[in-house]
Amino acid sequence: MRTLLDFEKPIAELESKLVEMKKLAIDNNVDVSVAASQLEANIEQLKKETFTNLTRWQRVQLSRHPERPYTLDYIENICDEFIEIYGDRNVGDDKAMVGGFGKIDGETVMIIGQQKGRNTKQRQLRNFGMPNPEGYRKALRLMKMAEKFGKPIVTLIDTPGAFPGLEAEERGQGEAIARNIRDMFMLKVPVICIIIGEGASGGALGIAIGDRVLMLENTWYSVISPESCSSILWRSWDFKEQAAEALKLTATDMLNNGLVDGIIPEPLGGAHLDYATATQTVKKVILNTISELQKLSPSERINQRVDKFGGMGAYK
Amino acid sequence: MSWFTRKDKGILTPTESKREAPDGLWYQCPSCKKAMHTREHRLFAYTCSNCNYHEKIGSQEYFELLFDQTKYTELDAMLSSGDPLNFVDTKRYPDRIKATEKKTGLKDAVRTAHGKVNDIEIVVSAMDFSFIGGSMGSVVGEKIARGIDYALAHKIPFLMISKSGGARMMEAGFSLMQMAKTSAKLALLAEAGIPYISLLTDPTTGGVTASYAMLGDFNISEPGALIGFAGPRVIRETIGKDLPKGFQSAEFVLEHGFLDFIVDRKDLKDKLSSLLGMLA
Ligand SMILES: [Zn+2]
Repeated sequence: MRTLLDFEKPIAELESKLVEMKKLAIDNNVDVSVAASQLEANIEQLKKETFTNLTRWQRVQLSRHPERPYTLDYIENICDEFIEIYGDRNVGDDKAMVGGFGKIDGETVMIIGQQKGRNTKQRQLRNFGMPNPEGYRKALRLMKMAEKFGKPIVTLIDTPGAFPGLEAEERGQGEAIARNIRDMFMLKVPVICIIIGEGASGGALGIAIGDRVLMLENTWYSVISPESCSSILWRSWDFKEQAAEALKLTATDMLNNGLVDGIIPEPLGGAHLDYATATQTVKKVILNTISELQKLSPSERINQRVDKFGGMGAYK
Repeated sequence: MSWFTRKDKGILTPTESKREAPDGLWYQCPSCKKAMHTREHRLFAYTCSNCNYHEKIGSQEYFELLFDQTKYTELDAMLSSGDPLNFVDTKRYPDRIKATEKKTGLKDAVRTAHGKVNDIEIVVSAMDFSFIGGSMGSVVGEKIARGIDYALAHKIPFLMISKSGGARMMEAGFSLMQMAKTSAKLALLAEAGIPYISLLTDPTTGGVTASYAMLGDFNISEPGALIGFAGPRVIRETIGKDLPKGFQSAEFVLEHGFLDFIVDRKDLKDKLSSLLGMLA
């Protein structure tokens, strides 16, 4: 069963009408090609109208679509080989943060990202994509390993936030994220960060310091989720749409404000409708960006990284 | 920028004034309820002479406690907030800023100063919780970044005094990137081998904890301070249970290995200069 968001429903209805029409035509041996192509055109038109005029809140909904490709889906679709590496060498292995060496068109890359689950059991295992401190420490361990062997790093960001749990506090969630942020600035290898779903606050930023920070078209990145923002500023959970508008959290907003470096387009209707196209687009962007970044020396990359984030802010 | 000396006179923070007797001479400890003269309270570095409760104080009080003869140069004092997102919740963000400026007499939630602590030169950035909960927006990030730049340029140690509820939501993405900006500068400071002391005071939570506050060569705190990434309410809602007593207190954080030591505010100045003296 497909999961349908409210604004996907009118399109899905037309699509099932089209399927029915074609079935009827075969069953009754009649020619419906004119009507069918008209309907197809209508569907295409409705899709375009819907997805070029999404509200910010609708983008947030798409970014959380349960059928959206997750980190391991990208890895599976873009790597010829992949070896997953576990553990932070200290406390354990955090299933909400995955990583390992992969080969993309002959190029060895360290890929790290938050991982969400698709069913109840997996969601629990992956802790809804909310890493504990050991997840951030594992990520940093893998990044330093990539640096040691001179391999570029790609991080895929998809988290509703770092886990706000009791043990997370005991094991230093704040310290783990802070250290990642600082140490990522000094990595000698190219670092590309891609928001593939949700980019919530410090939990996202903890693996998102890079030479290029890119956002997929239907993702969000901000300091707080619209729901939490609503509950704090409006003192009610009911203002999430307004909060999403106010936070200016879409890829276009973030690019316009100079807080990210680019947007990666998704197939019309969202990445979940066409994994092949979505993942191949990301693969191309990764390879092109790596070769672009490899033209710079490590110190040039580090200086530009520091200067870029150092210039972010609005004040008088 | 100019050197100046502040005359020793009554300093009132909003929290303090609320608890004072009408004549302004008495302070009542919110913890043990003992009443004491405001002058006595100030002499005790705003701690209770009976139970040692550390009252929340702001940048002005810290500068006066730390700098020799309370002489210091404030850096970037005039920097003030923009409104990059035209943010409106129940209020327009610029109106909120204006009202807070008027109420607190501050330009934003952090102030930076350069001066001497027992003859040792130092740059201090100290946060003010009274300014929108000490939240971190562009001005906070930029002032801290410039403070670190100043420490780097003059090769003098940097002290950060944090006191914050976390992000400034009205600056959304800009607020988030201040975590990155300040951490980038601290990476440069670390490379240069210049000491960075981070003093986490009550309360230090959210994005501040997850960036500069936890990146000190020395992460230190005051007794009883609340320190955490997630706030206690959020954690309680997540786990659906009451939190153990003392959870997220400075003492708890030290026992879990994330603080180097806890210092009584009355000893802060001397302990700082002693530590920096050992590193010199
Ligand atoms: Zn007391």
